[in-house]
Amino acid sequence: MRNEPAIFALSVPGRRAVRFAEGDDCRPIEALLPPEQVRALPALLPEVSEPDVVRHYTALSQLNLGVDNAFYPLGSCTMKYNPRVNEAAVRLPGFAALHPLQDDADAQGTLGLLAELERYLCAITGMDACSLVPAAGAQGEFAGVRMIAAYFAARGEFQRTTLIVPDTAHGTNPASAVMCGFAPVEIASRRDGRIDLDALAPHLDERLAGIMLTNPNTLGLFEGEILEVSRRIHEVGGLLYYDGANLNAIVGRYRPGDMGFDVVHLNTHKTFSTPHGGGGPGCGPVAVRSALAPFLPLPRIVEKQGTYRILDSAPQSIGRLHAFAGNVAVAIRAYAYICRHGRDGLPEIARHAVLNANYLLARLGRIYERPYAGFCMHEFVLSLRKELQDHDVRALDVAKRLLDLGMYAPTVYFPLLVKEGMLIEPTETESLETLDRFVEAMARVHQEMELDPEALRTAPHTTPCHRLDDVLAARKPILSVLDECPTLF
Amino acid sequence: MYIPHTDEQRQMMLDAIGVSSVDDLFADVPTGLPVAELDLPVGADEMTVFRRLSERAAQNRPVPPSRLFLGAGAYTHFIPAVVDAMISRGEFLTSYTPYQPEASQGTLTAIYEFQSMVASLYGLEVANASLYDGASALAEAAIVAVRHTGRSKVLVSETVHPHYRQTLHTYLARQPVEIITMPHREGTSDVEALVGVCDKTVAAMVLQHPNFFGRLEPLATLAEQAHRHGTLVAVSGHPLAFGVLAPPGVLGADLACGEGQPLGLPLSYGGPYVGLLAARRSLVRKLPGRLVGKTVDAAGNPGYVLTLQTREQHIRREKATSNICTNQGLCALAATVYLSLLGPVGLAEVATRNVQHADRLRRAIRTSRAFADGRVSFPFDGPCFNEFVLQVSGDPDVVLANLRAQGIVGGVALRRWFPALDRHLLVCTTEVHTAADHAAYVSALEAAL
Repeated sequence: MRNEPAIFALSVPGRRAVRFAEGDDCRPIEALLPPEQVRALPALLPEVSEPDVVRHYTALSQLNLGVDNAFYPLGSCTMKYNPRVNEAAVRLPGFAALHPLQDDADAQGTLGLLAELERYLCAITGMDACSLVPAAGAQGEFAGVRMIAAYFAARGEFQRTTLIVPDTAHGTNPASAVMCGFAPVEIASRRDGRIDLDALAPHLDERLAGIMLTNPNTLGLFEGEILEVSRRIHEVGGLLYYDGANLNAIVGRYRPGDMGFDVVHLNTHKTFSTPHGGGGPGCGPVAVRSALAPFLPLPRIVEKQGTYRILDSAPQSIGRLHAFAGNVAVAIRAYAYICRHGRDGLPEIARHAVLNANYLLARLGRIYERPYAGFCMHEFVLSLRKELQDHDVRALDVAKRLLDLGMYAPTVYFPLLVKEGMLIEPTETESLETLDRFVEAMARVHQEMELDPEALRTAPHTTPCHRLDDVLAARKPILSVLDECPTLF
Repeated sequence: MYIPHTDEQRQMMLDAIGVSSVDDLFADVPTGLPVAELDLPVGADEMTVFRRLSERAAQNRPVPPSRLFLGAGAYTHFIPAVVDAMISRGEFLTSYTPYQPEASQGTLTAIYEFQSMVASLYGLEVANASLYDGASALAEAAIVAVRHTGRSKVLVSETVHPHYRQTLHTYLARQPVEIITMPHREGTSDVEALVGVCDKTVAAMVLQHPNFFGRLEPLATLAEQAHRHGTLVAVSGHPLAFGVLAPPGVLGADLACGEGQPLGLPLSYGGPYVGLLAARRSLVRKLPGRLVGKTVDAAGNPGYVLTLQTREQHIRREKATSNICTNQGLCALAATVYLSLLGPVGLAEVATRNVQHADRLRRAIRTSRAFADGRVSFPFDGPCFNEFVLQVSGDPDVVLANLRAQGIVGGVALRRWFPALDRHLLVCTTEVHTAADHAAYVSALEAAL
């Protein structure tokens, strides 16, 4: 498949797809705008016909791998099937055509649905109150950490400035902490990949705001001592924050609230099947214990005798994160997904996610090194440091070679803790046949390391382009077609 | 349910692992942690779920575009059918962030196109791959200015959307930055006041153009004054406006941001939308969010990759320019397809129609009896893009309710944000409205007053 150039290459002066005929009784633009406010040079957009546009974006789509056309074992991303009924639902005109500033009386369907979803997410997480406003997991983290700050400020505990973050944490965790004025303190994990209670000890004082944890953690391991961790943090007046990225391992079966967490964020585009869209839109709901409920972001949805209202102010709220109520249509997709599964179906997701991951771990563990013993949860890591040593082949090379075999690569080099790490998360929607094909592919790549390592180092070979030079891209950034032809600008 | 396993297969897998049941795999979970019993209904089949959703949708009361005269940050523009057809393709819908670029050239190429179009639209040199929405984009623009200048004050005009200003406060609340809000004067930024407060301690002057009231701002003057003190100028603007208006970059802005919902996204009660951010080249390393760059592959062929990733959280962690990870990728794709369908001529045309229609609607109101006897007036006169402010003699909420009873969403009352504007409505019209739609609005308004 050849690479399709950017659409500007298809441009032919004079072509276009959409016209807006001048209606009745319109005055000329010169009469309506002062000349110094009028655009002189047209914007740099392509001049193409509608068939051109369709062919171009269809061709581009065919250069992509998605869950729809490939196995996508990206650890920490939960690339499960995205149900099409959810797409049909959000396109119902009743949902799609509603303006966010229309009267509450016009929006009872959406408001009622969102309120119900908040209740469902509280039930799933074991929390007391929820907001659907954050537009992605990172924004949910920002909201959650901001609420922790607001909680302590309201109690006058301004000395609480540290947030503990394990060395296995996702990069958004320390970034969110800093955005909220906290100092993240990184603690090293134990040999077995779990949180080290001894490393925790020196930070358990009145300066502690809390700890940000994922459970299972980013190595795919359940933090068995979580109840003790939560006891110690709470004992010194700190709070526990749950990064919900790995909820797929426990959804419907265990609740973060029962583990002792006080604030939880979720990623609907992970656990609740809303599509990744090539980088969003997601939705990062945040749920809290009642003590933190006053700080939830705006707007809020309130209910009184079966009528729903949008509340635009609340005295202790951390405020708005978004112009309106967040990624509403994404939340509607998550709602549909939860309705579909219910209290009986959700735990089956967790059970099968964990089954699929352990199956792969058992079989791949005979070919590659498993840094951690025992069962995994919904994902696991392998280390390819021996392969680097013996064959001078890196995890990145294996990832690229898998692309040749029609599969998306697992996550590589995260968490940073694992040398030449590969983080694999199959999800529950993958069949046994697909898992076996993946094992065969990984076995084949391992054989190629001995027989033809150069093929791996120069992979991929059959994708629409060969390995791309990202060093050059950073050294000489060409970030738009304007950079390529400055005279056009 | 989307789980494909049969009983037989489950058994085979358990045998391969060496356990007798799936529950054995949860051995690491302490017994002190109870298995939850969720307070949720049981699962339902697709037919039932879709029915439930349809019932919910039917409880909403949207109006057709011809009857919707409300903007204030979310706009009813024409969306060509091709947009939804392209973003519904599974390879776009279900793909991940393009960390493995060789298998993501579709997404990466489209983002490169998006960056190019957004930068050019705003008259600046570089744009990122999108942020969450216009409000958070404005907050991030202010943060870029603070980082770049090392200063700790941000001036923001009251003519910036109130929800955007509230979002700015939330983002900066725990940062050592002071936000000073400058009041408007008759519907535009008070130039004297802004210039009077601007000095070497100010990182950014944050404006909106066309502003929240639909009016044009004296951008060139304000930018010139700001730059005398080394203050950066960040302007939030409706992207379609710059099909016909001189873009912020040309008038002196260092950063431009905005809401991309008008570029092919449905209203959807507020989201998902798409945040646009463009800047001068010199600011590129301070920009938040993803950036796609052009490069070559091992065979020398052109291709696209994520670049300058050391700004981002997955590499820089606590020193990142922002914590943003997932952005609004599919929405940015919709905007790219939309702009490709319009081209430069279509964009200029739709922008022109918006200006012309705002003019036509105002003229129609001016010829009404209600205008003649003073029940409606225009407190802020002057050129506008597609929104304007009406002042009514009665209670504006009652007027809107009366319009609503006639099937028209007639605008929004401004007093919830501007208590002094207690008789004022913000009214919006776009290219979708015909002369007949305008006539219907005016006669409904007469009856409503």
